[in-house]
Amino acid sequence: MLNRKTIPGINTEPQTRFAVLKPFNATAAGEPEDLLFSRWLASTPLWVWAILIGFAIVWPSLSFAASTYSTADAFQALLRWIPFIVTGGFFFNVIISFFAMFIGTVLGVVLGLMQISPAFYIRWPAQIITQVFRNSPWLVLLFIVLLALPYEIEFGDTVIRIPDWVKAVFGLCLPIMANIAEVVRGAINSVPSGQWEAAESLAYTRHQTLWQIILPQCFKRMSPPWMNWYAILTMATPLCSLLGVEELITLSRQAIEAENNRPELLVPFYGFALLIFFAYCYPIARATIALERRFAVKL
Amino acid sequence: MSHHEWTDDQPIVSINNVHKSFGNLEVLKGISMDVMKGEVICIIGPSGSGKSTLIRCVNALNDIQSGSIKVEGLEVNDKDLNKLELRKKVGMVFQQYNLFPHKTALENIMMAPIKVLKQDRAEVEERARGLIAKVRLQGKEGAYPGELSGGQQQRVAIARSLAMSPDIMLFDEVTAALDPETVKEVLVTIKDLAEEGMTCMLVTHEMGFAKEIADHIYFTDRGVIVEHGPPATFFDKAEDPRTREFLSQIL
Repeated sequence: MLNRKTIPGINTEPQTRFAVLKPFNATAAGEPEDLLFSRWLASTPLWVWAILIGFAIVWPSLSFAASTYSTADAFQALLRWIPFIVTGGFFFNVIISFFAMFIGTVLGVVLGLMQISPAFYIRWPAQIITQVFRNSPWLVLLFIVLLALPYEIEFGDTVIRIPDWVKAVFGLCLPIMANIAEVVRGAINSVPSGQWEAAESLAYTRHQTLWQIILPQCFKRMSPPWMNWYAILTMATPLCSLLGVEELITLSRQAIEAENNRPELLVPFYGFALLIFFAYCYPIARATIALERRFAVKL
Repeated sequence: MSHHEWTDDQPIVSINNVHKSFGNLEVLKGISMDVMKGEVICIIGPSGSGKSTLIRCVNALNDIQSGSIKVEGLEVNDKDLNKLELRKKVGMVFQQYNLFPHKTALENIMMAPIKVLKQDRAEVEERARGLIAKVRLQGKEGAYPGELSGGQQQRVAIARSLAMSPDIMLFDEVTAALDPETVKEVLVTIKDLAEEGMTCMLVTHEMGFAKEIADHIYFTDRGVIVEHGPPATFFDKAEDPRTREFLSQIL
């Protein structure tokens, strides 16, 4: 250990200043803990599908036994509303998740790189920002953004209204940014310090080392946790319904209301919402785990 | 700049009363040695005696607290040291090879001359292929480090350093992580280099090899040079009891 060189911002192990919260020196990207969600989702056995479908079909049919409203009626209602719920609602969840992921990734990469800066005045604020946004409840961030952003922006005479879904994108991209920053930092730290030293002894500058030697090796390590966070983000998009964004859950509720608020409709409609999220995220989780296995073998 | 005044008849590496600590632990306690151009010196000694630290100080991978290290007249212990200039003069090979895993053997060798020295790609490639041949790895140009044995990786690492045309080569226990059967191929490569007149500083546990190729052997223990001399006298007429004990254990 004597010979191990400490590179500023790298290989140092900053301690968290928030004792009860997530540890600051998170596990390196690609390590099991990092992919907990994808691992769990991808390992979902087929009988879970059966149970999910069961929730949407069998349970309501049983409850209809005593009711005048038949199962067929409930499912006809659902079928009637599916195009509306999917094209108008789930489509929005996907759009929001795409934009939030894109912006969150761009900001997160910048923040992650700032965290390994040798200059403390760059590293330190980046660490604080990361900690704050990683440890804030997503819903709270959503509300803050909703209230902090103006309802509309005026450019001279033109008034541009900021739609709620745009605010939701900004709200959701904040925790994503912070978590991607940790993924980036973790991936960079997981590259053995010998790589830095080898580059250094070949007269590379720190900047050249980072961009030509270290980051290309990080890309593979970062992709599985990055996809993991995308799946988690997508699952979190129904939070936007609380902001009034017309996404899947909001539209499902509207549809149920349009069907006279029948309680028998709750399980089929929300069961369908569950199914659609599962169907969207399950392949992502499988791909994440497959990718992770492949990279684990190769590197 | 003082290093322009350096001439061949002066030591190419001149180490003078170097002290180095990690925290409270002092690992180098006043080390001095001179290495002349074309000389091969071996540093031996028990683990933790500071020998790796010493050669890592020569190319400024570790900084020193006091003393002086001059490489071709360039003072390493200088806050305004141009590290890039130093590292163009000094090549280094590590125990763990440290090849870039995402690049092929040939690319590993070509990268630094192209990216750092901004040399012409075609010219560098020609030289890199020559170096591959020199370390006897023809046919492995397109192999990734993960596909090569330890000995092969280490030879690529040597070629990678040589591609920068250094004046001095540092070898930090380069065979320590290798399988016994591949140690020899790496040692042969180093011997070739030494015979061509490359100035080499080696930290090694291969006593037979040290005896064979070194012009001068330094024995370090607990941060000081206990004893030094040419191999013939060093191995047969060691005077210090610590040296004798070490040699009796290892030979």
